[in-house]
Amino acid sequence: MTGATATVRVVLPAHLRALARVDGEVSLDIGGAVTQRSVLDALEARYPMLCGTIRDHHTLARRAFVRYFACERDLSHDPPDDLLPAEVAAGTEPFLVVGAMAGG
Amino acid sequence: MASVRVLVGTRKGAFILTSDGARKAWEISGPHFPGWEIYHVKGSPVDPQRLYASQSSGWFGQVVHRSDDGGATWSPVGNKFSYEGEIGSHLYYDGTSRPFEFTRVWHFEPSLTDVDTVYAGVEDASLFRSTDGGQSWHELPALRQHRTAPEWQPGAGGMCLHTILLDPSDPARIFTAISAAGAFRSDDSGASWKPINQGLRSEGIPDPKAEVGHCVHRLALHPARPDTLFMQKHWDVMRTDDAGETWREISGNLPTDFGFAIDVHAHEPDTVYVVPITSDSQHFPVDGRLTVWRSRTGGEEWEPLTAGLPQQDCYVDVLRDAMAVDSLDACGIYFGTTGGQVYASADAGDSWTTIVRDLPAVLSVEVQTLA
Repeated sequence: MTGATATVRVVLPAHLRALARVDGEVSLDIGGAVTQRSVLDALEARYPMLCGTIRDHHTLARRAFVRYFACERDLSHDPPDDLLPAEVAAGTEPFLVVGAMAGG
Repeated sequence: MASVRVLVGTRKGAFILTSDGARKAWEISGPHFPGWEIYHVKGSPVDPQRLYASQSSGWFGQVVHRSDDGGATWSPVGNKFSYEGEIGSHLYYDGTSRPFEFTRVWHFEPSLTDVDTVYAGVEDASLFRSTDGGQSWHELPALRQHRTAPEWQPGAGGMCLHTILLDPSDPARIFTAISAAGAFRSDDSGASWKPINQGLRSEGIPDPKAEVGHCVHRLALHPARPDTLFMQKHWDVMRTDDAGETWREISGNLPTDFGFAIDVHAHEPDTVYVVPITSDSQHFPVDGRLTVWRSRTGGEEWEPLTAGLPQQDCYVDVLRDAMAVDSLDACGIYFGTTGGQVYASADAGDSWTTIVRDLPAVLSVEVQTLA
């Protein structure tokens, strides 16, 4: 999917939807490769208030209690520049940003 | 008619409590930012409609919100807190050295003179300042880079800079306190810092001249007498009359001198309030009786204030940032508990009413006196 523009669907956890003031899914146009990095870059560019809440401001590493899922797979430990599943790039499946399950 | 606005930060959101000057009937707004830990909400003394709120989450990190209409609406502002220069290290609980790492904002202290300037005390301990209403934050690194910083260790709640006091008579003077490093003073707007911990005594610190290491829980001052500071240390209530050069204990007849919160009457610089907590291993009032103690003599002689407060089966805590005073003619005193109650006294502590009783655990209480 390089060279084209893909429309990627992103599902945010409730707290981040409230922070970004969005309802439901977010659709992002991604130019070039559809990767964790390109999707999150686009997400933070559209919603700058999300900077630092999913990835560390400085290292851009995933925050410890945030996970990424798509196509029923946990992608949290995949390298950030790996291509996301074709279904995500095609917009048929969303990219899920999930707050890890924990009590309290 | 004057009114008051009480800003309450809790484990699960912020609440705003408002009343007219009688302080009998209260309107409760919230939760704002539901589900987020709100460590602190504080208003600007220059423009009371300007509020700053610290949201924190183990999942999503630090978020800062600003309101320009007294809390009716909020907008996210900058949340990037970057240590400047060499990061340096401090001691961890196990005695090993750990690099400083930003976790959260514990306390905001808006400038006394500029609505867009606000200080932030953070964990791991450092002082930040914004001069653009919170849009961007810049560290005042001299404190974190103090030569004693490699010896600082976290208290049980983390290594937090939790107290920032601005001297109304000297714009260059700032007091801070860090658990468990101690108290510090800057006389040059944060360019350099001096540990001000002489006279403090703490179990486990055999050197009476130790510069740092004391677990200071809270400092308070009266704006008319800014060289006098009152301190609730881990154990001991302390006082200095020379801006921290020397401290003396004023625990006097308190039933226990462990505690967190301390504050000063708005119009009487020698009237001080504390909430004694049983011990460092029993964070609840003595014998389950919630009691504020007041000294009208600047310490040593204390009287219990219990009217309207629960006197049996009460096992809550009152945290360090959870007490505040208004500046109405009859000074109002407010505090919140880990049980979710917010108590108010409209008569300087003689009697108390419950404003609200079932909030999440209260982390902070601030009060604005509105014209």
